[in-house]
Formats: sequence, structure tokens, C-alpha cells
Amino acid sequence: MSFRYLPMTDKDKQDMLDSIGVSSTDELFEDIPETVRFQGELNIKPAKSEPALMKELSAMASKNANTKEYVSFLGAGVYDHYIPSIVDHVISRSEFYTAYTPYQPEISQGELQAIFEFQTMISELTGMEVANSSMYDGGTSLAEAVTLSAGVTKKKKILVSKTIHPQSLQVIYTYAKGQNLEVIEIAAKDGLTDLDALEKQLDEETASVVIQYPNFYGQIEPLAEVQERMAKQKKAMFIVSSNPLALGYLTPPGEFGADIVVGDTQVFGIPAQFGGPHCGYFATTKKLMRKVPGRLVGETKDEQGRRGYVLTLQAREQHIRRDKATSNICSNQALNALATSVALSALGKEGLKEMAYQNMQKARYAFQSLQQAGFKVTFTGPFFNEVVVQCPASVSAINQSLYEKGYIGGYDLASVDPQLEGCMLLAVTELRTKEEIDGFIKELGDVHV
Amino acid sequence: MFKEDFPVIFEHSQPGRIGYSLPTLDVPEVAIELDERYVRQQDAQLPEVSELQIMRHYTALSKRNHGVDSGFYPLGSCTMKYNPKINEDVVRLTGFSHIHPLQSEETVQGALELMYDLQTSLEEITGMDTVTLQPAAGAHGEWTGLMMIRAFHEKNGDHHRTKVIVPDSAHGTNPASATVAGFESVTVKSDERGLVDLEDLKRVVDENTAALMLTNPNTLGLFEEHIVEMAQIVHDAGGRLYYDGANLNAVLGYARPGDMGFDVVHLNLHKTFTGPHGGGGPGSGPVGVSKELAPFLPKPILKKENDVYVFEHERPDSIGRVKPYFGNFGINVRAYTYIRTMGPEGIRKVSEYAVLNANYMMRQLQQDFDLPFTQHCKHEFVLSGKRQKKLGVRTLDMAKRLLDFGYHPPTTYFPLNVEEALMIEPTETESKETLDEFIVAMKQIAQEAKQQPEKVQEAPHTTVVGRMDETTAARKPILRYRKENQE
Repeated sequence: MSFRYLPMTDKDKQDMLDSIGVSSTDELFEDIPETVRFQGELNIKPAKSEPALMKELSAMASKNANTKEYVSFLGAGVYDHYIPSIVDHVISRSEFYTAYTPYQPEISQGELQAIFEFQTMISELTGMEVANSSMYDGGTSLAEAVTLSAGVTKKKKILVSKTIHPQSLQVIYTYAKGQNLEVIEIAAKDGLTDLDALEKQLDEETASVVIQYPNFYGQIEPLAEVQERMAKQKKAMFIVSSNPLALGYLTPPGEFGADIVVGDTQVFGIPAQFGGPHCGYFATTKKLMRKVPGRLVGETKDEQGRRGYVLTLQAREQHIRRDKATSNICSNQALNALATSVALSALGKEGLKEMAYQNMQKARYAFQSLQQAGFKVTFTGPFFNEVVVQCPASVSAINQSLYEKGYIGGYDLASVDPQLEGCMLLAVTELRTKEEIDGFIKELGDVHV
Repeated sequence: MFKEDFPVIFEHSQPGRIGYSLPTLDVPEVAIELDERYVRQQDAQLPEVSELQIMRHYTALSKRNHGVDSGFYPLGSCTMKYNPKINEDVVRLTGFSHIHPLQSEETVQGALELMYDLQTSLEEITGMDTVTLQPAAGAHGEWTGLMMIRAFHEKNGDHHRTKVIVPDSAHGTNPASATVAGFESVTVKSDERGLVDLEDLKRVVDENTAALMLTNPNTLGLFEEHIVEMAQIVHDAGGRLYYDGANLNAVLGYARPGDMGFDVVHLNLHKTFTGPHGGGGPGSGPVGVSKELAPFLPKPILKKENDVYVFEHERPDSIGRVKPYFGNFGINVRAYTYIRTMGPEGIRKVSEYAVLNANYMMRQLQQDFDLPFTQHCKHEFVLSGKRQKKLGVRTLDMAKRLLDFGYHPPTTYFPLNVEEALMIEPTETESKETLDEFIVAMKQIAQEAKQQPEKVQEAPHTTVVGRMDETTAARKPILRYRKENQE
């Protein structure tokens, strides 16, 4: 049987075997001890032709309820946003997606410059001086920020607000275990970090304080007040995890003295695709520049004085430092960082503001409509594009009923906090129309479970 | 801006231009109740450009970039094989691209079926008991695997097992992952044949050994033929064996890490299973484990119960979550499509041709360059530029000279135990014509090193930029564009 990705003909093979001086390819595998050589055929499904496979996988895909056919109010860290058509056209250029990490700058200027532009955009959004070339996702980027803070401060205590994304919190715990760090959760009060509780825990052993802005419940944490409370422990680092779209409207964390700002750029040009790949970002101060995990692209000149770009400050990285490295990250999310750069170029200065503003307006419309329909909205502080609503029955039962009407309902908060039993976290993006919001709230009111 | 400088996107910007089309705001506007301290005063300086300007900008950038589709890419240890186009079509199906990870399981059975079938296929290919798809990349998988080994030893009360043994030829991520997982790494030496020195292994293994991390074939492209004895030595001392799957492309269908005695395996789906590489990522780094380590897998675990796919969250011994959601699903979809395209026969042929191609090139080039290890190689081989160095031509120079021929050069100066190393991995998807053309280019460069060394030393001659000033880049880092910094 021949395969379209394998070009060698029988004649090629014979010529090559002759040239090597062996009679069969099996001879080339004789260094594998016979006792561990695999005999027989792997028990995996047989090969399929391109049309047959496409048909099968299309059928498999259509078994999933997608957010283009269902009207989705599910967010909780992953959102259904406008993706300019141009994004996929750019990232489908195979010079980008079939390349490796740009280790040879002379033939990788395209990728290097695209990353340099991404770093610039992230610096601008977050109000930070330095941003790296990307991380796996927002959750692991946050965990890396935590381990970095422990490494720099030489302290082990991490104060994490309970209002951060629950799965990011779980990831922090796993990373913390590797580094023997102590994670202390700071309680939430009315959907916000309890600042008195934070202040009580903050001491000279504290490596960092972790706050999400806007937080998991959509509430806008008062970073200025966190900054004031942290003033008494100047050495503790201030880590902020931020939805970068919100920063089109909100004052960036950099202006509140954040030392590290992380998050996920899925909101810019990256489809939900069942949770990954998304794209983490990692921004910091100039002071921490030489401690940043992952790759950094810097501007320089070639021998003739032409502007160009290279991977730089590589002395930080695992392939140089080996066991002295503070992070083992190697690959990043370059292609998704490119998608984000293209989306941000398309949105531009005005589009970013407008998109953020539309999210805030739509969410406020949903907030008011829910109240008018007699629902209790759990948290009433300033928010971005997410609202917590109390449901008359269990969220999972309600979601089942909504699903039958063509809606993907919100996130069930009972799994995060037992006190939030019956509470649903709704995300209302610019893509949800007034009609869809009205229809959803009506169905929510009509549900009988 | 220097006249020959290629513009950055910000330099195309003009106030008032747009490149977006947002929906019209169709809800009544309300005043936004927010303390003004939290309302952004200074706009983020994003470019203001039209859609065509964006497309031209990135098209021009793409032309300044070399991918596998542009030309041969024999970058050792990276498995730069062809990235099939059907993979890209499948991942863009709406039912895969636009599904939310927190949807209820009943609404994503197709996605779970794909993941489950991929897990099962990878279990068979690696000979492991259970595979998790959660880790985002190879290094992430290494760390996940080591955290599991740590949890396993701790569960047994073996808190003293703090050492991870790593060969001197190992990838840099291995010792780094060991450190990040809280271990201390210990180096084991290679012998004169480029394999782990068994005597040295016996010397470094003791009651504090947590694990041995091994790439097999190793980074020299050589199969560790004493693998059975090595497994015995480590297991007898109570340690566990970790398989770095970076080089799995050499042995698909020929040998399985599980059968060799490995307890934990990570795979690089973006290498072996046509990811693609994406200019540096995203990758995907599934981890497979033996039965005794399965309780420690990251949670949740995907299971099939009565023909329904479900996640199991109650895993008391789990190391926890290593990543939000379920891994890099989009990359996993591509890998699955590839495995289904190739089937068992095709998967084995991948390694057959990867190894044939590498051996062919190695024998063709061994007269012109030093070959430190002469046995048959697997999917890649390492040459030394020692001979050329004596003529004043470094491996770096030869790599740069290859750019003039339209090739991406091999990996250079790695592994660390070979002087002036050139690590060549042709992969199975290249034709004999391509291999022959590359061989001719390499031979020509070897000649040039003797006859016109400056031609090699001053290379590249044909690229859009020449060698970059990396020293200044590191000493005075410019990591973002600022209009005011341009002359």
C-alpha cells in the first residue's frame, strides 16, 4: 500500500539500501533488542482515504453542539467573540504554520517580527514594559508567574484570591507542589476579594498576591485598593490575571503597580476549540525582564544596519540553563499569538474600545432585563461582561431544558462554591443580539424543572 | 527608519482607518457605573490600518519566513515532516472549532469520542496502560510525568527519592523539568559509542534515585541497545523509567516504550504526529503511564461507560490539574486525523522511511564530515564539523551557508557531547531527489571550506537580512516597538 505523505518508490528504496550496504530496512533496526522488538501489527484503526475520513470526522464533529448553531451564554474564561475573517487567512499561510521556532533569524524574520509586534501589543494593553512571546494559556501563565515570584523573592507563601478562575487555581496548586510553595486562598465577599482577609495574611513571608481583573464572576476588582493594602509589604509581588479585552475599557494593571500581568488572548482571534490551544500572555516590568519565562524577541540590526529581530536573552531559558532553569517552557503558542496580533491589528485602537464597550453594554442590558424579569442577580458591583444570576432550580437541570430550546446556558457555580448553589454565571459578548438576550431570559423564566 | 527597513504594522497606521466590522450595538445604552480610576484614560496604541494593509503586511512577513512547505527543513530533534492539509480542514469544522470546554458532556460526545479514540491509539502505539491528553507541550508533559513519579514515590513513603538521572546528551528541557518538579538532576555519561555508559549508570543509581529520563533513540539518533539492562538497573534500585518521546518517529511500530520497560512516556504530537509546529507552537504533549502510575494522572480522566464518554473527577491520588480544560484539543484533532490517515501499516512505514532516509544521508556525507558514531542511526544522525573548524570554518558558518541553498539548516551545537555538532533529521516525507540535492549542497560546502573559506564564513549571501547583531540585542534589549525610538 502506498501513502500520499511517503514519496519513496521501490526503486528509490532499493538504491538507498544498496548505497548504505544493507539488504533490507529491517537490518537498520537490528540494534533494537529482539526481546523488545514489536512483532505484528499495531491494533489501531485501518487507514482511510481522504474523502472517507473527512466524511467520518465531519459526522463526529456534527455530534457536538457548537456555539454557532446554539446561542451561547457560556463564558467563564472562554468566550464567543467576533473573529475577523482575515485572521484565519493569515494564519493559514503555511510559511507561518509549518515553521519551527525562529532559531535562524535570516530566514525567520516574518515570524520574529510578528512576535515582536505581539509583544508590543500586549505591553500596550497591559500597561507593562515587557511582554514575552506567549505561554501555553492563561492558567499555566499564571502558575508560572507564581513560581517566578517565589524564585525572585525567595519566599514561599502565595496569597491567591478565591475569585480567580477555579481551574487556574487548581493549576497553581499543582505547580506549587513542584516548588514546595504554600498557597493560601483569600476568601471572597460579595463576589470580590475580601481585602481585610488579604491584609491579614499579607506578611514578610509573602512572595506574591494573585488577583484576577475582572474576576471569575465578572466583577471588577478594585486594584487601587489592593495596591494600597500591599504597600506595607513592598517585597511581595502583585500578580494580576486579566482578560485583555476588558483592558480596552479598564485602566490597565500596570497603572496599579502590578509586577506581573498574565492572561489569555483567546478573546482575540482564537476559537474556543474545546479549551485549547488558546494563548497565554506574560507581561512584566523591566526589572523582571531577565527572569521572564519563555521566549523573547528583540530588535537589532544586521551587518548592513538593516533593522531585524532575533530571539534574545536566551540565557534565561532551559536549553542554556538546563537544571538551573526556573521554568522548563520550550514551545509556546506562536501561531495563536499571530492570530491575536492579526485580530488586534484589525480591531485597532478604535475597534478594541468599541468591542470592550459593547460587551459592557450588552451585559448591562442582560443584567437589567434579568432584574426586570424578577430574577435575583447575585453580585451588584461593577462588572465587565459577566453576570451571576440565581436560578429557580439546579443549574444543570435548567441548562438541559435551555439546550432543548437552542441555548447553551451559563456556568454552574455550585461546583466552585457550595454557597453559590443554583447560581449561573452568564457571559454576554458583543455577538449576542438583543433578540437573543430577550429570548434567553424569557426561556429562563419559563423553565419548569 | 532606515530606508531598507521593513515596516512594522504600527508604521502603516493612520488615525481614522479601520480594519474591523463589529455588530451594531442594538441594546439601549446606559451609563457605566465605574469609579473613574478604573476607566482607561490612555488608549492602547494599536495600529489603525485597513484590511488590505493587514493582509499585505502579513503576506510580506510570511515571505520572510521559511516553513516546511517552503523547502527542506532537516532540523534534528524537531521532526519537521510534512503537515497534512486535511488536518487543517478537520480542525476547522465548526463542531470542533466552536465548542466550549465547559459545555455539558452530553453536548460534546463527538469531541470526547475523538479524544478517547486518540488516547486508545496512543496507548497502543506506546504500549502504555493509560494516556492523558492534558499537557500542552513536550516540556509540559515531562514535568507532568515527573510530578506523577514524585507522587508515586511519596505515596510509598519514599520521600528520599529526590534524584533524576539524565544523560549528558539529553535535551535541555529534561534537567529543567526535573528542577521544576522539585528534583535534583544527576548526569550519567555516554560511552565511546554514544550510548549511556552502563558502568556509570550503576555508579549514579542509588536508593535516592527517583527516575531515569531517557530519549530512545537518544539525541545522537542512536538506539540505546542496552535498554533492557538499563531498565533492570533502575527498577532494581526502586527508580522509575521516563521516556522522552521526542524521537518516537524512529520506532513507530518497531518498538514500544512500554515494552522496553518505561513507566512514563510523553509524546510530542506536533513532531511525530504532524502537529504542525506553528512557528514555535502550539504543541501537545500527551503522557502515557503504566498501570501502577495511573492513579496519579492529572484529573479529570476521560472514560467510556456504556458507550457514553464521561470525565472522572474523583481521583484522590491525582497530581491535580496541569492545565485548564482538556489539553490542546485542536492539535489533538490534527494528530488523530493523521493516525487515521496512516493506519497501522502507514504508521510503521513512517519510521521505516525516516530511518532509511537518515542512514542514506549519513553514509553519503561521512566522507566529507566527521562522523563520531559509525553504527546505523535511527531517524537522525550527528556529524561533527571538527575537520572544517581546523580550516577556520565553524559549524555556524556552514549552517548559514545552507541558507543560500534554500534550506533550513540542521540543528547545530547540540547534543553538547559532540564538538561542532550538526544534527540532521530528514524525516520520511522527503523524496530521494530532495535528499540528493541536499547532499550535493553539503559536499559543496565542505569543498568551499577548503578552497574558499570566506564564502562560508561570510554567509548567508542571499537572505533578506544578513547575520544579526545578537550581542547588542541582549545587552540593550528592545522588546517592543516605540515610535519615538525610530530615527
